[in-house]
Amino acid sequence: MSRAKLWVTYLQVAPLALVFLLFLIVPIATIVVVSFFDYNTTQIIPAFLLQNYEELLLSPVTWRTYLQTVEFALITWALTLVIGFTVAYFVAFYVRSPTVQTVLFLLCTIPFWTSNVIRMISWIPFLGRNGLANTTLMNMGLIKQPLEFLLYSDFAVVLAYVHLYTLFMVVPIFNSMMRIDRSLLEAARDAGASGWQTLLNVILPLCKPGIAIGSIFVVTIVMGDFVTVRMMSGGLSASVGLMMANAMSLLQYPAAAANAVILLLLVLFIVAAMMRMVDIRKEL
Amino acid sequence: MQHGKRGLSFWLLGAFFCLFVLFLYGPTLTILILSFQGPSGGLTFPMNGVSLHWFKNLFEKQMVGDFAGSLQRSMILGAATMLVTVVASFSAGLAFRTRFRGSGVVFYLAIASLIVPSILISLGIGLLFRVLGWDPAWYTSAFGAHLTWTLPFGLLIMFAVFNRFDRRYEEASRDLGATSWQTIRHVVIPILLPSLIGVGLFGFTLSYDEFARSLYTAGTFNTLPLEIYGMTTNVTTPVLYALGTVTTGVSFAVIAIALVSVTWLRRRRARHGSDAGKAA
Repeated sequence: MSRAKLWVTYLQVAPLALVFLLFLIVPIATIVVVSFFDYNTTQIIPAFLLQNYEELLLSPVTWRTYLQTVEFALITWALTLVIGFTVAYFVAFYVRSPTVQTVLFLLCTIPFWTSNVIRMISWIPFLGRNGLANTTLMNMGLIKQPLEFLLYSDFAVVLAYVHLYTLFMVVPIFNSMMRIDRSLLEAARDAGASGWQTLLNVILPLCKPGIAIGSIFVVTIVMGDFVTVRMMSGGLSASVGLMMANAMSLLQYPAAAANAVILLLLVLFIVAAMMRMVDIRKEL
Repeated sequence: MQHGKRGLSFWLLGAFFCLFVLFLYGPTLTILILSFQGPSGGLTFPMNGVSLHWFKNLFEKQMVGDFAGSLQRSMILGAATMLVTVVASFSAGLAFRTRFRGSGVVFYLAIASLIVPSILISLGIGLLFRVLGWDPAWYTSAFGAHLTWTLPFGLLIMFAVFNRFDRRYEEASRDLGATSWQTIRHVVIPILLPSLIGVGLFGFTLSYDEFARSLYTAGTFNTLPLEIYGMTTNVTTPVLYALGTVTTGVSFAVIAIALVSVTWLRRRRARHGSDAGKAA
């Protein structure tokens, strides 16, 4: 390649690279640096202390919060995987017309482009004390008292996660399914496989990359979430994100930063494990 | 599976799909209905009459903070994010077609930008500005924070698009004597226009709805999601739903514009497509 052409290439990629440098690398580096800083009630003081990490890792609250967050992530992951796979499977293999396929696929993705905060608020009329769920159950005579656990509980948090993030599973899994050569399915049938056997032994393994991508999205989002936990649990549940937000609101920036570093390491570790299953560049 | 009559599994899976769609859209439809609640109505059913009371309420400044201002800020920020996302993603997409030193690094940065939790980006940029003694503002720090979320989507879409792009169009254009700029302007961009609109859709809507990345980066003036979030803690009237209806309405309008223009472009292309074999 000529020198001039190489320059053009670098110029073309420069805006993107610059944004990542200024607003991803430098801020993450700042977090790492600040996590070693000292602080008092009014300001942060440059220093090199391990105290923030010590306080964090020696506190049982931290461990409980991390455990709770991982639990949320696992439950959400399992639910979104099963639901997302089933939905994608229906659209990819049972809908015959490509136009209908596109329309149904869009129907699943449109909520992604609307506000998460609003979509959480929209559960209030359903789950509230006098909400639709309680009124219906009481009218049917199934319960006498309104169920209190519907809104502001772990249940509501997981429900909101599934509601918000299942489409992160649907899209990559659907993408994987549409690439499966249909003659493989015929071959499986000709070889005597039942529908279930085809699903388990042919389709499922070929969807692995899609499943991995969807899982990475869902798990990383839930691990770093704080707004869903705060809104849907009404402050009753904890999450790592919420713990950081609380430290921030008390102006304990170095403490929040130390927590952020630990969270980042954990998330990167999980993602690295899942990336082993998939080469993302091949999936585009 | 593909042939013959629909079996039981089709109907079961179809029912599951319908339930899923109901689950996706049901709550939003409910607040849409409830936002037209009468003046004495509450946050849940039943409806006490039908009125536009809560929408009027929304635009009275003293009632609910600064709705109009935050809406305006979010629209401007969304438009700016959209513009930069389309241009930077397209241009990076062009660059990635040739192998260059550092391409792997940039690619993995984009992936990292997607998987690093939003709150860490928000926190990092907030801290950075604090350490430097700068004031965060929605048009500087929040703008950058939003780009770290929209650009990876834009780049990945451009990868997918260029993987399917037939380079012979460019070669033909060059053979006919076009400069590289003319080729991009008159050949590549028109062919990729539907995808560029798609990237723009991501750019606008993701920025317009972004909460976590705005949290510590927006500074003094709230963007719309921050404003809505603030309201959830102190507003207990259907004005909250009116806000939801207006916000979702804007999102749907943007999505509709994008989808309609993409469909229109496709149709037009099908009509005026190739004139091969039509010569007299």
